Amino acid sequence: MIRQFGWGEFLFLLEGARWTIVLSLLAFTFGGILGLAIALGRTSKWKSLRILTATYIQIFQGTPLLVQLFFVYFGLPLLGFKVDVWVALTIGLSLHTSAFLGEIWRGSIQAVPDGQGEAARALGIGYMHRMVDVVLPQAFRIGLPATISFLVNLIKGTALAALLGLTELTRSGQLMANITFQPLQVYGAVAVIYFFICLPLTYCSSRIERRLNAAR
Amino acid sequence: MNYSFDFSPVFAAWPMLLDGILGTLRMSSLSMVFGLALGLVFMLMRMSKLPMLRSIAIGYIELIRNTPILVQVFFVFFGMPALGIRLSGEQAAILAMTLNCAAYAAEIVRGGVQSIRPGQIEAGRALGMHSVDIYRFIVFRPAIRAVYPALCSQFILMMLNSSLMSSVSAEELTYFAQTLDSQTFRSFEIYFTLGVIYLAMSQFFSIALGLIGRVYFSYPAK
Repeated sequence: MIRQFGWGEFLFLLEGARWTIVLSLLAFTFGGILGLAIALGRTSKWKSLRILTATYIQIFQGTPLLVQLFFVYFGLPLLGFKVDVWVALTIGLSLHTSAFLGEIWRGSIQAVPDGQGEAARALGIGYMHRMVDVVLPQAFRIGLPATISFLVNLIKGTALAALLGLTELTRSGQLMANITFQPLQVYGAVAVIYFFICLPLTYCSSRIERRLNAAR
Repeated sequence: MNYSFDFSPVFAAWPMLLDGILGTLRMSSLSMVFGLALGLVFMLMRMSKLPMLRSIAIGYIELIRNTPILVQVFFVFFGMPALGIRLSGEQAAILAMTLNCAAYAAEIVRGGVQSIRPGQIEAGRALGMHSVDIYRFIVFRPAIRAVYPALCSQFILMMLNSSLMSSVSAEELTYFAQTLDSQTFRSFEIYFTLGVIYLAMSQFFSIALGLIGRVYFSYPAK
């Protein structure tokens, strides 16, 4: 007897959606920390550091996320690390995130008027406090809409975890489609769940963007 | 670490990789052309005076932009046969990428069209130009010129995204790399080479499309 796609099956998909969100948050947190370092390196006064971080960004923006994930998942074991799929995906997605957020935040740091940093320097404020207290808070505001829309891209990107076998939302959909033989309904439901996770963020991002533009 | 790297099985399979590169380029460029055309339709609907057309376009664009392309291609490849439409992996890949690209292209081009100041159109009308000509020369071409860089990065993004189409057995670069991996078990070497090839392709297109844009949009204006 073939199972029908009903309420219980939908709950199974929601169960998977939980891991999609957990994975996105993990990657966003670690990627955000590393991304801040990348952004600071990208705007540093040392040329070698700027070139290094620019290359890092180029590599991650110029290759598919899928290949990056495969590389981490199949490559790390060769270096002697035993990684399970969660660790590999968190590392892969975090590195990917750090490159994109690094580039977004580089732009927002550079969009803060030079006078702000110069005034801080004239007051004798050191690099650390100049960044943390003067430049970054202003850059944060400017970069917020792009950061949120990247978060949407990241959530969509975690769907690739299905291809490495982690049972998040898309993989749950694959399993459920195989059990029920109703791929149209199942993938439709999966798409709807993604839609309702991402839509509030997209809405938020465009609202903030409009408000920032109105202020200018 | 006692692993000896050996790239020779990867290089020996170069005809396969070349096939893959051609597949990737074929699928992403076809989807870009179709996607741009469909995107223009959605853009016109999005900017139309009829609220019905506008909400259809907004609904479509938001639905596509807020769901993963992997789920979209699964929907097309596994879901559509239930409606009696059976597609090969490559056809499903092109269809999914076209539908995906259309939503993004519609928004990108709309940004360009909205950047045209109304005074320009009024000037065209004052000169007695036909409305088709106004649209073609005063609105459309400068609009495309304004968003050309964004369209180029959309193309590169789509080329990178086409790697996901390996999951519906569309014969592109990543598909062949996975086949090669299952034959030789040289995962590290294969995915490293794969990354280098994609990086080279995206760099090449970023430079080449930039040059084409410089020549094609070199007329004086702005």
